[in-house]
Amino acid sequence: MYQYSNFDHEFVAQRVAQFRAQVARRLDGSLSEEEFKPLRLMNGLYLQLHAYMLRVAIPYGTLNGRQMDQLATIAERWDKDYGHFTTRQNIQFNWPKLEDVPDILQALADVEMHAIQTSGNTIRNVTADHFAGAAADEIADPRPIAELIRQWSTDHPEFQFLPRKFKIAVTGSPHDRAVTQAHDIGLRMTLQDGLRGFEVIVGGGLGRTPMIGKTLSPFVPLEDILPYLEAVVSTYNLLGRRDNKYKARIKITTHEHGIDDIKHRVETKFVKIKPLFTGEDMHILKEIERHFEPPNFKPAKPPVEAISTTSQPPAFRAWLDTNITPHKVPGYAIVSVSLKKPGATPGDASAAQMRALADIARDFGHDELRISNEQNVILPHVHRADLPQVYHALRQADLATANIGLISDIIACPGMDYCALATARSIPVAQQIATRFHALKLEHDIGPLKLKISGCVNACGHHHVGHIGILGLEKAGVESYQITLGGDAGEEAEIGTHAGPGFGADQIVPAIERLILGYLHLRANETESFLEAYRRLGLAPFKALLYPQEKKAA
Amino acid sequence: MSVTPISKVVTANDLRSGEVIYLRFPHSWTPELSKASVITDDDLAQAGLAFAKGQANVVVGAYLSDVVAEIDGPKASHFRDTFRSTGPSNYRHGKQEI
Repeated sequence: MYQYSNFDHEFVAQRVAQFRAQVARRLDGSLSEEEFKPLRLMNGLYLQLHAYMLRVAIPYGTLNGRQMDQLATIAERWDKDYGHFTTRQNIQFNWPKLEDVPDILQALADVEMHAIQTSGNTIRNVTADHFAGAAADEIADPRPIAELIRQWSTDHPEFQFLPRKFKIAVTGSPHDRAVTQAHDIGLRMTLQDGLRGFEVIVGGGLGRTPMIGKTLSPFVPLEDILPYLEAVVSTYNLLGRRDNKYKARIKITTHEHGIDDIKHRVETKFVKIKPLFTGEDMHILKEIERHFEPPNFKPAKPPVEAISTTSQPPAFRAWLDTNITPHKVPGYAIVSVSLKKPGATPGDASAAQMRALADIARDFGHDELRISNEQNVILPHVHRADLPQVYHALRQADLATANIGLISDIIACPGMDYCALATARSIPVAQQIATRFHALKLEHDIGPLKLKISGCVNACGHHHVGHIGILGLEKAGVESYQITLGGDAGEEAEIGTHAGPGFGADQIVPAIERLILGYLHLRANETESFLEAYRRLGLAPFKALLYPQEKKAA
Repeated sequence: MSVTPISKVVTANDLRSGEVIYLRFPHSWTPELSKASVITDDDLAQAGLAFAKGQANVVVGAYLSDVVAEIDGPKASHFRDTFRSTGPSNYRHGKQEI
């Protein structure tokens, strides 16, 4: 994986020293809160409901055991023994004290991590397919280009005060696990005449005005990608609205001007910019690629099938069924570690669990870990012969929940339990739904189902692209939960349809239960997923399940 | 017909820890809503808020929060302020720690 250059080390060290001085000046009164707030946000420090929150970037979701150990140390030393992994492949610490934050940033810098540009109207942490470098369906590892984009966008002088925040996601696989169509820019690797390049998607995003991104160019060759991105962001920087923050994202710019107009402006800009890129970016990319050489995979010596025979304990077999994905190298597997034990907070890992994950990665996973946008941890390279030991070690750390892709593998934002922007709580709803369906023992019968919960219209919980989405709002002084159906985060991305009036906090779990039990009767057969059944039947029968009283009244 | 006056407290976050705190007249802060000074007079509410905003080195994000005065102290009117006064619901952290 990428290792900091001297430049990276010096830059991050400088930023830590700057922030240390800024915190000191805030504490001694030299800086007002108005002056200090943009400085702390540049370093990922928010003030939330109960405390400060530090958002740390995990670039393209990749980290090693040493870095995971350091996150555990931060949790133990300066927080409350846990961290919260987010849908943007970041980790958030919910309880740091202001005067400790410079030390935390130094601890991050010590392991080549930072919290820079995890807030503010800048290009945020670049996200990538969490199976990058391991997926069987991958054209090539998208992380070198993601790292190049990180280097280009970090402290980019032209892009520090964009009209609004800007999110870029990259995938190297045709099967889109990186939700590229819900980002300001989504990059999908493609091949044309044997040459690598990217389909560039622009103007996707969730939030209060959800939109699926549009293709700006079906193919931009690899050597043109950085000047092309610079042309897109530069065009947006000039054209994007600054009069209304709710209309400032590039999705609105694209919507208002039309994709053809944006394309014309970008291409005009690109022609001007391209000569300024003299090939140094491709030289740097070559250097970066050396850091992402695959590990020394072990030969597939033991019989691969042996571990999935019926002689294995049922719990282990259930885990194999749900948490393992095919790897590009024979004899290897991708292990998804669920942070969604029923009743637990989605995305939370204790310091002890982080240390266990670091140990397992070192012992059995070529020292690599990934964070997924679905708030789980990935061990991308595990030899299949080691799966029983990995399962055992995960079980010891209470991390062996076998529910990846099932109804209890819920995405949930922190909601009003922590977030200052939230309009309702998300976590208790996720806890109750997961606990209820675990008790019903129906998860595996229900099959693949993406349930996503956001505690406000900003949609950090990706509810618009959940097969079932739940949005927490305030209605008449109490929490109210709206349901959307039929959303999809994959390569056929779709925004879910609003199903009807909201449900009170005590009604949302029974409503979801009616919906799911009803689906089990509606589906054509046991293999038809919730989303497939919804697409076949449309909203009406599902709406009738949610609002049975309306049916009676009619 | 009598109109119940709207009661308020001055609340903010502690600059150093970020903890939710409440003003106790005349010049101190408490982490417990039950010990906050309840204000029913508009002028006094504005004076309390002005005092809080003048304490830029101690508190941040001061505002007036509606409360209902009860025997054992004020209770927040809005559920957001209730959560601020109690802490998160998923762990016994913050004000719930013993």
